[in-house]
Amino acid sequence: MLTNFLSRLLRMVIVMFGISVITFLIFFATPGSDPAARIAGRNAAPETIAAVRHDFGLDRPLYVQYALMMDRLFITRDLTSFANRGQKIVPTIVSAAPATLSLVAGAAILWMALGAMTGIIAAAFRNRLPDKILMGASMMAVAMPVFWVGEMINLVTQSRLHDTWAFSWVPPLGYVPFTSDPAGWFLALVFPWICLALLYIGLYGRMLRTGIIETYQEDYIRTARSKGLSARRVLLKHATRTAIIPIVIMFGMDFGVLVGGAAVLTEVVFGINGVGRLTYQALKALDLPMIMATVLYASFFVVVANAIVDVLCVMIDPRMRRK
Amino acid sequence: MTSVSTDKLPPSPTGEGVSAPDGPWKRLSAGLLSSPTAVLSGIGLILIVIAVLLAPLYANHVAHTDPFRSGLSAKIEIDGKKVPVMQRSTEGLGLGVTPIGPTWSGEYMLGADTQGRDVMARMLYGGRSSLLIAASATMLTLVLAAIIGVAAGYTGGLVDGVLSNLIDMMWAFPVYLLAISLSIVMIGKTIVLGPIELSSSSLIIPITIIGLVYVPYVARPVRGRVMAIKNSDFVLAARGLGVRRHRILLRHILPNVLSTLIVFAPMLTALNIVTESALSFLSVGVQAPNASWGTILQDGQALLYSRPTVALAPGIAIMVTVLLLNLFGDVLRDVLDPKSARGR
Repeated sequence: MLTNFLSRLLRMVIVMFGISVITFLIFFATPGSDPAARIAGRNAAPETIAAVRHDFGLDRPLYVQYALMMDRLFITRDLTSFANRGQKIVPTIVSAAPATLSLVAGAAILWMALGAMTGIIAAAFRNRLPDKILMGASMMAVAMPVFWVGEMINLVTQSRLHDTWAFSWVPPLGYVPFTSDPAGWFLALVFPWICLALLYIGLYGRMLRTGIIETYQEDYIRTARSKGLSARRVLLKHATRTAIIPIVIMFGMDFGVLVGGAAVLTEVVFGINGVGRLTYQALKALDLPMIMATVLYASFFVVVANAIVDVLCVMIDPRMRRK
Repeated sequence: MTSVSTDKLPPSPTGEGVSAPDGPWKRLSAGLLSSPTAVLSGIGLILIVIAVLLAPLYANHVAHTDPFRSGLSAKIEIDGKKVPVMQRSTEGLGLGVTPIGPTWSGEYMLGADTQGRDVMARMLYGGRSSLLIAASATMLTLVLAAIIGVAAGYTGGLVDGVLSNLIDMMWAFPVYLLAISLSIVMIGKTIVLGPIELSSSSLIIPITIIGLVYVPYVARPVRGRVMAIKNSDFVLAARGLGVRRHRILLRHILPNVLSTLIVFAPMLTALNIVTESALSFLSVGVQAPNASWGTILQDGQALLYSRPTVALAPGIAIMVTVLLLNLFGDVLRDVLDPKSARGR
């Protein structure tokens, strides 16, 4: 048990180390990507670039730069931004995290509830009208680019119908901290939640439907039926329980990636200053310390989500305990 | 969903003493043709491709404009009157100009963007880039994933260890972050690869980026498939007969991996269209002077409240294309992999 845990922990650390190295190499060692030239700006004189290079320690060997950056990121925690000098990296990320977490957690509740409902109802009515309607809607939801959905939502709720009774309650774009105004926090996030959840409701609904229908061919379902269990009990207790496992795996991955900053499109469209937007801005400004920190932050959530998913799967499906 | 149609298939006549069973390609085309969903979505996709290929004809003979040159001072004729394309704003203080809205006739059918360019003509040209990028990136992904997946799965041992771990690592790297990172490093400068010189606005850059980021997601299932085939009875039999390794690879493993790759193709293309639009929306995808559905969406964001058609049109184009690709891909998967999604 303990060795299992330790080996998993070691693996997580190795994956994160690998990711940090990949990121570092993308930005520091790609031929032609000269960070100093970027920081110095367009048409900078060679002396300026040289000064900047020395100033930021970019003239040292790559592994020294890498080690220094990791040291200042994790141990002394005083890493500062290249783009906005003096801006501390760690506190900036910590202050952006609640917005992203609020957005993703709310959307996740929405998409898990509605996605499960879509899948179960569609499977129960398979090849009949409710199934066809739900699957058609899911296909549409999967086909729409998330930022476009966001734009259209904004068009309706912020402009065209904003002055009618239906959407006059919608606050202007942006994030309201929960601690300062819980009601405002909720209202401001309603449409971002819907926008972000839509794609996943479609994806999960379709996947769960296929899973349940496949499970229906298993022997134990036949056994359950022949014992005289009600159709509803077989569907919810027996078929769904097995079919939900791939959904849990996918949920863990999606949730981790989104919390780590992959919700960037939703954040940009709705003007939420979360981690995704922070990462995007850091990338655009080529703010290397910020990029390293945000990417590591993102990969941390992915790695942790992976580990949690493994544990959850064993809890749902005892068959996985034996390897 | 599509299983409805396959269930209604007339019983195949192969059982009636006909010489040989149909080959896999024949079965594939028969399966696709017998599904109305596949036929209709296929026709729809072909129509979209034809439409975007006709973009220059549309621009020259219907819209009479160059969709890549700004037309801030252009005027068009509506009901016999000359109307400027960039109209004096009527809202607020009356400052600034608003591009003309949809005219629903040949010129400026969907209105103009902030540069006074014809949105409909740009949609067609943009569709060319979007589809070209998506299709080429799909090819790139499939080829790379096949190479990596087969190498890892067939060789095993150290090669497999290194490649699988690399795949896992890439898997943990959020796709959009990786794509944005690569874009930012690659865009904005000229890359010289031996004799080839890529300018920063070349479409090859988004193709490479989008093609690379999805490789792990295809390579992993390919590896799994190769491992399964490697230990299947017919491969063991071939090995027992003394067939050489590379012959097993070419004659037995690759044809079986091909069906996995084909199943991925439409889904991946759909995904790539969305990814391209997202990158272009964040202005790290297709670069000016090229247009794509994503860049038009980005143009449309500034005009969202005054001229929503500019953002509406490319979004609908993306949605319809992706929908058709997914519908087609569903049938394709059912035909090639009857075990997976057969509804009953």
